[in-house]
Amino acid sequence: MASVGTVHSGNTVNVKSDQSADTPPRFSLPAKASAVASGSTRFKISGLKVLYGPKEVLHGIDMEISSNVVTAVIGPSGCGKSTFLRSLNRMTETVRQARVEGDILLDGENIESMDVVRLRRRVGMVFQRPNPFPKSIFDNVAYGLRINGHKGRLSEAVENSLRRAALWDEVKDQLHKSAYALSGGQQQRLCIARALAVDPEVLLLDEPCSALDPVTTAKIEELLFQLKPSCTIVIVTHNMQQAARASDFTAFLLEGRLVEYQSTPKLFTTPSDPRTEAYITGRFG
Amino acid sequence: MERHFEHDLEELKERLLWMAGLAERAVHQAVQAVFEKDEALAARVLEEEKAINEMQIEIDDRVMQLVALQQPMAVDLRFILSASRINNDLERIGDQAVNIAQSALRILRHPQVKPYVDLPRMSELAEGMVRDSLNSLVRRDAELAKSVLVRDDQVDNLRDQIFRELLTYMMENSAVIYPAFELVLVTKNLERIGDHATNIAEDVIYMVAGRDVRHLAADRR
Repeated sequence: MASVGTVHSGNTVNVKSDQSADTPPRFSLPAKASAVASGSTRFKISGLKVLYGPKEVLHGIDMEISSNVVTAVIGPSGCGKSTFLRSLNRMTETVRQARVEGDILLDGENIESMDVVRLRRRVGMVFQRPNPFPKSIFDNVAYGLRINGHKGRLSEAVENSLRRAALWDEVKDQLHKSAYALSGGQQQRLCIARALAVDPEVLLLDEPCSALDPVTTAKIEELLFQLKPSCTIVIVTHNMQQAARASDFTAFLLEGRLVEYQSTPKLFTTPSDPRTEAYITGRFG
Repeated sequence: MERHFEHDLEELKERLLWMAGLAERAVHQAVQAVFEKDEALAARVLEEEKAINEMQIEIDDRVMQLVALQQPMAVDLRFILSASRINNDLERIGDQAVNIAQSALRILRHPQVKPYVDLPRMSELAEGMVRDSLNSLVRRDAELAKSVLVRDDQVDNLRDQIFRELLTYMMENSAVIYPAFELVLVTKNLERIGDHATNIAEDVIYMVAGRDVRHLAADRR
């Protein structure tokens, strides 16, 4: 027997410990991470229909897009997600025989009644394939500034845009080289810098990473995260993992209808609609 | 460019450590309540269990979101899966602390069976295992984690030893059966706490070295 003592003795032995009973836990708790910081409504879309000739592609979408968050639009090919995105800055008008019905309000103002140049300055767009102008890196970014009559030092504005697009460090010593000399990923970030130069309130991205490798894709996704405080971002992607990683809200479109629109964590863990569940688990689409 | 994902992982780790701190404190307070017949301290353990349970749910949510949204790979995946298991072990440690606190409340209604000598040694060992399993998590130290595994046998031996000793007291004097039996339950809870610390240490080894040492003989760990 290891210890012998008297029955009913009142002796106690204190445990030696570096932690007294009254001390708080030795690890500290960081401030609770903020949930999705959704701002005010930037776009209010109601009854949006888009027709190409006789064919109706979007059948009446009602949706509100919050400012300063990343909203992803996912869905199988041909579901109308690119059409939806393009209707947000009236790019659909560039398609012959396209007709748009319903209302899209940008900060409460109907985009139909806005000057289209002014609209597209406020709502910039980046496309699937990088499409730099056949000009120098500097001139690509300066282009939009010049035609908008930029006042102030152009070089500062160009540097600022390239920094926001996380490209500055890679190109600062070769600003006057042709944009075509850059890699695909760099060209795409250049296009983002070009779009950012005129300080848009909204940035629309249509499959911006589908031509890029995973490392560059990660850079662009991180960029979206960093742009949030100054910009509202809507991204169309057929890469569900990208929507999951990079967005705060996700909209699932199917055959021209909005099936589900949720906070991204909710949509990818406990979707409410069985069609969303089937699509994101790869059971169709 | 630091990825947003890294930040999420760091937050998961910080929350896991916060929960670990709560569980560690619960065990310490519960055994002190037994030794010092401190009713208020025992009641505090029962009260603070809520915080541990809430943290378990929050950590589970974070794990689920990270897996669903970030497609973690390699060391990140091992960390997240380990965090999920450690989360469960910590919650169970909290439950064992509650059991000990409840025993403390029943024990203090009776005269003390005997001076506590081996029981403090046992609780010190079990608390040390919990502490070092968590330190090994913080430092990603597989060697420290291995040292925790070795101590599990010592805790088991102490439990058997204390049981035999208490049995002799119970045989000699049936009046002490109730409090002595409660003390047996306390040793059982401490032994379980040691087991959970062992699980945590095994998870740390898996996370750091990618080796699964569960159910392996001691010399092969």
